[in-house]
Amino acid sequence: MENSSTPPVDERVKSQPFFAKLMQRPELGAIAGVILVVIFFSITADGSMFSLSGFMNFMSPASQLGILAIGAALLMIGGEFDLSIGSMVAFAGLFFAVCVINWGLPLAVAIPLTFVFAGCVGAINGTIVIRSGLPSFIVTLAFLFILRGLSLVGLKAATGGSTQLRGVRDATETDWLTPFFSGDAFPGLFAWLAENGWVETFKNGTPKVPGIPVEILWFVVITLLATYVLLRTPAGNWIFAAGGDTNAASNSGVPVTRVKVSLFMLTACCAALVAIITVIDAGSTDARRGFQKEFEAIIAAVIGGCLLTGGYGSAIGAFFGAIIFGMVVIGLTYTDFDQDWFQVFLGGMLLIAVLFNNAIRKRVTGER
Amino acid sequence: MTDDSTFHHGDATSAAPIVEMKNIEKHFGNIIALAGVSFDVRPGECHCLLGDNGAGKSTFIKTMSGVHKPTKGEILFEGKPMSFSTPRDAMEAGIATVFQDLAMIPLMSVTRNFFMGREPTKGKGLLKRFDIDYANEVTMTEMRKMGINLRGPDQAVGTLSGGERQTVAIARAVHFGAKVLILDEPTSALGVRQTSNVLATIDKVRNQGIGVVFISHNVRHALAVGDRFTVLNRGQTLGTAKRGDISPEELQDLMAGGQEMAALEGSLGGTV
Repeated sequence: MENSSTPPVDERVKSQPFFAKLMQRPELGAIAGVILVVIFFSITADGSMFSLSGFMNFMSPASQLGILAIGAALLMIGGEFDLSIGSMVAFAGLFFAVCVINWGLPLAVAIPLTFVFAGCVGAINGTIVIRSGLPSFIVTLAFLFILRGLSLVGLKAATGGSTQLRGVRDATETDWLTPFFSGDAFPGLFAWLAENGWVETFKNGTPKVPGIPVEILWFVVITLLATYVLLRTPAGNWIFAAGGDTNAASNSGVPVTRVKVSLFMLTACCAALVAIITVIDAGSTDARRGFQKEFEAIIAAVIGGCLLTGGYGSAIGAFFGAIIFGMVVIGLTYTDFDQDWFQVFLGGMLLIAVLFNNAIRKRVTGER
Repeated sequence: MTDDSTFHHGDATSAAPIVEMKNIEKHFGNIIALAGVSFDVRPGECHCLLGDNGAGKSTFIKTMSGVHKPTKGEILFEGKPMSFSTPRDAMEAGIATVFQDLAMIPLMSVTRNFFMGREPTKGKGLLKRFDIDYANEVTMTEMRKMGINLRGPDQAVGTLSGGERQTVAIARAVHFGAKVLILDEPTSALGVRQTSNVLATIDKVRNQGIGVVFISHNVRHALAVGDRFTVLNRGQTLGTAKRGDISPEELQDLMAGGQEMAALEGSLGGTV
């Protein structure tokens, strides 16, 4: 038996400094991006951006996008794309609103039904991609239009000609499940903090921030769950393997088809969750819901270190990618800049992220 | 040349074969890829399957590893007739194949590759999770046994050399209980030093009592570790020779089909 306590050192392997190790983490780029954006806005923006209410202000849209981005990131690590998630938000929103308004179902039935429905659409998407062997880009591009069109047609059918379905608020206001999907969590805590003068208050003594918007909690929980699954379960290993090399993975006994179809279902369910949260919040649904969100979610995932070729990336990265997004969208309103700089900024971030990721991948694989 | 090898060679005749293939034929439409090939491998020996391009080596090992079903012929596994419907069946029975692409994912760590598809778990129900500490430990130990010191279990496979990757694939097959290890041209793309590392690994595996099937078209690599040699040519076996009964020149001639090669070799001054 060899002496395992002192393994012989290979003289050809340089010991790695801490920084080089850090460089190999997929989420590094996104964290660096967050720091840069914070520095940028702390110089240019009004100070209230980084107050508690400002924080909730940019975290709320960041969370709605982030929930989609986590799904998109997992799917990208698994080696596929879904361009239909934006349309899926509209379609699931329509289905949910019809359940609640037209069919009068309680949330305890309507919400699971919406998830099942979204899961089925995701499964159809995934099955077509896997069975046909076509690139998921083209199949889901078709679904981008199919689902958006169906949402429009369905809305008109459900409302008798309108493209907006109102009345969700009245239907859900008294439901016991509503607080889990809408409004602010822990109002008691924030009221108590306000009483003690630890958070900013209005003149009448109510806190400026009444609680944590629930979507932020969902976002954090989903990020943690996704990270746990990716790094600490066999399923996570299968996702990396399926995205890294489909052939090698299935030769090693990874159920690649099942993994990929499940990931398509998961992204569709993420879209459904965003649909439920935003529809209850707005009290209505319309055909433009989730418009172009597919691109934003993929951008957030890429900024978060996901490779377009699959097999590499992280949920934590996508988390920070989405936060960068929210900070830029909302942050610009705190500055003197023209709002429309947003798109320029976005494209620039994406380009830098892709260049950066490419360099990182070469480092990891030792390519030269 | 056959006597200067530093490896200890197994005694090929002592044990009963683990896998015995009798008169295997395989037709693809009107193409006869294999026309009656017989081959066996015993525990603790390295049986080399030699053949030039197009000789049917790949078809033959794919038949052995369960990818193809033979058109005619019999496969005996540990003395019993066997028919594998999928590569997974063959793997579970103990026939592991390391194909040229190695089934390795460069972006993933050595540990994650090592246990890909067969992750050890701990905990129950919803808390059932990938036991990464155990997996890391096993990977480091198994790789050390094969003579490779990893920087760490989280080192990406992409950073390993070709020979090291080959060794990871072999170590993985051995760890998961292979009785027969089929290596598809493991040395074809390697440099001199890496080739000798892989050959040394084959020797280590053989000494653990595993039957190794070593496919190659390089006579010198085969002679360095092989106990027996079977030559395939145009879908047929040209016989099996024991170590010491055949010279490198004879093997080379058999592989190339004799006559023409002799003429060609003459014109090249015996350098091939």
